[in-house]
Amino acid sequence: MTNISDYTLDHLDVLESEAVHIFREVVGEFDRPVLLFSGGKDSVVMLHLAVKAFAPSPVPFPVLHVDTGHNFPEVITYRDETVDRLGVRLVVAHVQDWIDDGRLRERSDGTRNPLQTVPLLESIVSNKFDAVFGGGRRDEEKARAKERVFSLRDEFGQWDPRRQRPELWDVYNGRHRPGEHVRVFPLSNWTEVDVWRYIEREDIALPQLYFSHERDVFARDGMWLTAGDWGGPTGNEQVVRKTVRYRTVGDMSCTGAVESTATSVSDVIVEVAASRLTERGATRADDRMSEAAMEDRKREGYF
Amino acid sequence: MTHELLRFATAGSVDDGKSTLVGRLLHDTKSVLADQLAAIERVSNERGMDAADLALLTDGLRAEREQGITIDVAYRYFSTANRSFILADTPGHVQYTRNMVTGASTTELALILIDVRHGVVEQTRRHAAIAALLGVRHIAVAVNKMDLVNYSKADFDAVRTDFIEIARPLGIEDVTVIPVSALVGDNIVDRSAQMPWYEGQTLLEYLEAVPVGLDPRELPFRLPVQYVNRPRTATHPDFRGFAGRIASGVVRVGDEVVISPVGRTTTVTGIDVLGTPTDVAFSPQSVTVLLADEIDIVRGDVISAAESAPQVTREINATVCVLGETPISAGQRVLARFGPKTVRAIVGSVTDRLDLNSLAHLPHTGALELNDVGTITLRLADEVAVDDYDVLRTTGAFILVDDQDGSTLAGGMTRC
Repeated sequence: MTNISDYTLDHLDVLESEAVHIFREVVGEFDRPVLLFSGGKDSVVMLHLAVKAFAPSPVPFPVLHVDTGHNFPEVITYRDETVDRLGVRLVVAHVQDWIDDGRLRERSDGTRNPLQTVPLLESIVSNKFDAVFGGGRRDEEKARAKERVFSLRDEFGQWDPRRQRPELWDVYNGRHRPGEHVRVFPLSNWTEVDVWRYIEREDIALPQLYFSHERDVFARDGMWLTAGDWGGPTGNEQVVRKTVRYRTVGDMSCTGAVESTATSVSDVIVEVAASRLTERGATRADDRMSEAAMEDRKREGYF
Repeated sequence: MTHELLRFATAGSVDDGKSTLVGRLLHDTKSVLADQLAAIERVSNERGMDAADLALLTDGLRAEREQGITIDVAYRYFSTANRSFILADTPGHVQYTRNMVTGASTTELALILIDVRHGVVEQTRRHAAIAALLGVRHIAVAVNKMDLVNYSKADFDAVRTDFIEIARPLGIEDVTVIPVSALVGDNIVDRSAQMPWYEGQTLLEYLEAVPVGLDPRELPFRLPVQYVNRPRTATHPDFRGFAGRIASGVVRVGDEVVISPVGRTTTVTGIDVLGTPTDVAFSPQSVTVLLADEIDIVRGDVISAAESAPQVTREINATVCVLGETPISAGQRVLARFGPKTVRAIVGSVTDRLDLNSLAHLPHTGALELNDVGTITLRLADEVAVDDYDVLRTTGAFILVDDQDGSTLAGGMTRC
């Protein structure tokens, strides 16, 4: 806990203050910021921080969701309730629209996670967004460990390591040419446990699937996937009922549940602290494809 | 007790075992999870090694290998029961001045590695000099590879004496030297059975105990204004708050403050810490303050304690470190960013270059190239409120930006 009497700050207060500083810098420097909001816990924490950064004014930018069409229905409900409650404008890019008009083609494995990049980039361009807040954290993965807080993207949304700028002190450089944009990561220095401790401390509501529940799932590539219209189970994959929760929330086709009895935030913190697997390693098929999977997707303009 | 956050940077020369040490610190604090460990074990086996090579935990990206570049800093995270740590891991070989300046700028402690067999080398001296230049107050020296000298106390003592010798003229307040073997794990987290003669702290014990930050009460109050908050809503029709992160010091309701550069004084009538009204706030809290008088305050202005205002000037002297390919030379037009304030600037003159080996300021009027550290004067299009970097780090720091391509040219430290 922060101790006012001896003028010391708890590490969560330091991280919170740093994130708020980043939000305020962006609003001070950019014309059209937007926050990527999926209803996943990191984006929920970001939006909570944005609310605190600008109180008592409303959040001075909209939020953007790239909806794969394979999102968990309870997460979509949560998303809509949250933006309504906060009076924030929601922009949705439906991957289905891109498939319907032929700009994107469905993949043979049914997963739509890789299909998000084009709708994301085209939405950034068509809305003229110049700063895009993402929930990426440096502890997630080694390509992210070298990411800047302000990450410059070219007209194609690509991340070029040569053009990344040294970041000194808390002086961020958001200069960009027309057509370029900057991805901004306010949670850069947070770890998974920090996010959960903050959710507990601030009493932030999350979609229910982050907590233990019974669900019809089937095993694929060593993960428990939710059975559904998106394309599973197939062949001899067996549907079973398990007590599970999700550690990350993404496309249903590639986000795995973990067996868990954690029903509250404090249970989850205990579970995460004791976990022997990283959250992406445990639950994201897309990151396991190759050692450099995240790096490749980042260069292409993924979140 | 407060669970504090300590930010530190590592520095080492080539082959002194820095990657192994960082890997060891992460591994022994149980910050490496099974899937990460399995991945490095697989690669280690492919390369014909028996045990997991912990150095692989900090391996570069494919883009770096393909393009022959090194990204300046990789950030690592670990925590213990008492503290959370952010480790700015700076690569030692290429562009190490730029890398270490970048990594050290956000930290208050530098962990310098020395190979006990080689002792203090030219790079050690440079690392210590950069740490001192950036205002890093604590230096921990890990004298590594003790296993290769039979854990010799005499060898360790010789390195220790040499380092203290070079650190003294740099004015670094606190130096701690620890004998370790990153490969074996001696004195990293667990105490070494091989060095009973060493009675000091292990590296992790030291990191857990070293004081974090300065007491905010010892420094004057500075609040660079990031954002003027005017909701103009039915519930808050007249609210006008000045939002920013406190750069130094303490502010209380009722304090007299001065607004720079205009120089007007007023009184703090309210402090809001992220939605909660409070009577007192301190660095590095993000706050919104309310003031008694209607003064025109914009982003980039600085609110300070009235009794110790910052300097307001259009002319500054500064030490700069060149971070980009474009050299810095007299007459050059640039943008200078002091926190939230951006001003047009012209480099007045280059006056010297710092030799990081001898620490001598050599007269130098030509251009400063990538990785050079030197002194310049800057003429600014507008007045700015600044402090001497050695006194107040946040309000003394700035960056120079190329107006054409937007790249970051240099990091600067104001000398008042």
